[in-house]
Amino acid sequence: MIRIVDVTKSFGENKALSGVSLDIFDGELFVLIGPDGAGKSTLFRILVTLLLPDKGHVLIKGLDVVKDFWKIRTIMGYMPGTFSLYPDLTVEENLAFYARIFGTSLQKNYPLIRDVYEQIEPFKKRAAGKLSGGMKQKLALSCALIHRPEVLVLDEPTTGVDAASRKEFWQMLKNIQQEGITVIVSTAYMDEASRGDRACFLHKGKLLKAGTPEEIRESYPYPLYACRSKDNFALLKVLRNEPSTASAMLYGKTIHYSPARKNFSVGTFLSDLEKTGKYGSIEYRKTTPSVEDSFAFLSKQ
Amino acid sequence: MKRFLAFTIKEFRHILRDTRTLLILFGIPVAEIIIFGYVVTNEIRHVPVVILDKSRDVTTQKITDRILASPWFLEETTIQSEQEIHDLFKKGNVRLAVIFGQDFEKNLMRGGKVPIQVIADGSDPNAARLMVGYLSAIAIQAQKDLNKEKETTGRLLIKSRMEFNPELKGAFMFVPGTIAMILMLISAMMTSISIAREKETGTMEAMLVSPLHPLQIILGKVVPYVAIAFVDAVIIMALGGVIFGVPLKGSLLLLMGEVILFIFLSLSLGIMLSTMSSTQMEAMFLSLFVLLLPTVLLSGFIYPIEDMPVALQWFSALMPARWFIVILKSIMLKGAGFLFVWKETLILAGMTLLFLLVSIKKFTIRLE
Repeated sequence: MIRIVDVTKSFGENKALSGVSLDIFDGELFVLIGPDGAGKSTLFRILVTLLLPDKGHVLIKGLDVVKDFWKIRTIMGYMPGTFSLYPDLTVEENLAFYARIFGTSLQKNYPLIRDVYEQIEPFKKRAAGKLSGGMKQKLALSCALIHRPEVLVLDEPTTGVDAASRKEFWQMLKNIQQEGITVIVSTAYMDEASRGDRACFLHKGKLLKAGTPEEIRESYPYPLYACRSKDNFALLKVLRNEPSTASAMLYGKTIHYSPARKNFSVGTFLSDLEKTGKYGSIEYRKTTPSVEDSFAFLSKQ
Repeated sequence: MKRFLAFTIKEFRHILRDTRTLLILFGIPVAEIIIFGYVVTNEIRHVPVVILDKSRDVTTQKITDRILASPWFLEETTIQSEQEIHDLFKKGNVRLAVIFGQDFEKNLMRGGKVPIQVIADGSDPNAARLMVGYLSAIAIQAQKDLNKEKETTGRLLIKSRMEFNPELKGAFMFVPGTIAMILMLISAMMTSISIAREKETGTMEAMLVSPLHPLQIILGKVVPYVAIAFVDAVIIMALGGVIFGVPLKGSLLLLMGEVILFIFLSLSLGIMLSTMSSTQMEAMFLSLFVLLLPTVLLSGFIYPIEDMPVALQWFSALMPARWFIVILKSIMLKGAGFLFVWKETLILAGMTLLFLLVSIKKFTIRLE
């Protein structure tokens, strides 16, 4: 288990993390959601022993990230947010390098990375700098996996990757999880929140909510309606200005809208708006909150 | 050890794949030695020469005429004894002396080898070589004519030696200076940039999470540059010797040992600088302004230390290159042994140790 207790970290005046506590279970696929600058990378760097927490402590399988960092480094796999491969070395050489510095070899752990590596193997003689974005990610993942870590930490692996490759990437992570490896992934994409077993939401250095996707969905405190009109932007504006509104935000082609009061008559309210004629006809239906709804709501509190 | 090897192999690959780096590593030393060598070399024309003729016969007169008829040499004065030559050189009045021994013609007729002694001003080695070369050409021509005229098998033999100014100021300085500068450039600048590059691109982050020890990372970085810097030092010395006639009077083994010591010093300095910079740009500017400029200006390479203001003289004592240049000069030009340079060697070794300690202490095992 990974136990994060009351971790605080500042860079000068800037507080990156304040009082973050979180448990991540063995063998879990855990997703850390948060907008840019939320403190995701800082938390990850503390996990992989690259940064020291100002306050609080972190135990990884009983090992302290400050005191036992040498031991932790042998059981962790880490893929930094920035491209961390040598662009002038070939695919094969990059992989061999990471294998050797972890004291292993490509042959030894090939079955583990086969899934991922097979897709880039035809290009093994190509310089890593000349790979496409998706292939670079796969190579970086292979490099982070090559020593069969017990815990794999991936910092925004899907940022800047197209939708199809993202989907494929999450499938690969699920396969890695099947091997008994704890996988922790951060992302800024809200829609990826439900891809893992559990997720947590980090906002301005504070942990707002952690749980399974169901738990997070159920934590949404209001009834939720999906509305649609000719001019969604104008409708969104007027909904937001209404004092009775708890939350209104764009969600794809609809507006997700929640009134604050339980016995509020949404039908009357919206048909009144319709009568002003500014928004055309307004369709609406009750809907169940998604993880995205919950997190978006939390971040506005 | 395996991990360390993996690291070193990776470093070699980085270097060998980047043509620009390769050019810097091997092109600049060659270019610099040639540029410095030729810039300090004057044109050979109307060189003031003195001729001491102890034989005063027809043959010596003929050869003298030939020498003075050439566009390269101009008779400055005549002298009666060899003692005067030294004074003339010291005053800088003449740059070449030609001495004919007694019974020159007689010996030649007997068919033996007859020496013409040539003393050249060695403070400008390139010019000295050229002067001796021109003189030899004249002598060969003269011998051919003589053999035809007088039907003798006697041969002229040019015996040249260099006379140095006692302080060894001047042209030979450029070889030790260039070696110091190049080693500094390659070892310190290239390592600090290559470490900073890993920080900049994020590969350092990935590597730090591995069980690699900082010492393995540092040594892995350093080993390829030790090899390259050493090859460069050999190239510079060889070029200096072949093209410009810079001598190596002392022990080659001692010289190589000192060169390796200085390479380690520069490398540790480079590592120290890289711990202070987080981007390649920073590393480069630090190396340029903290290392290269002071090395060139204050080490005595370009401006003699004695001519500096006292404050700068003190400051120059902090320049590792200053001590290295003294060592190189002593070994190469004066033929000094270890007993003469142990003090400077100790200073360099001390500096190396200091830089290494600071960099190992400052080389973080984390990101902060």
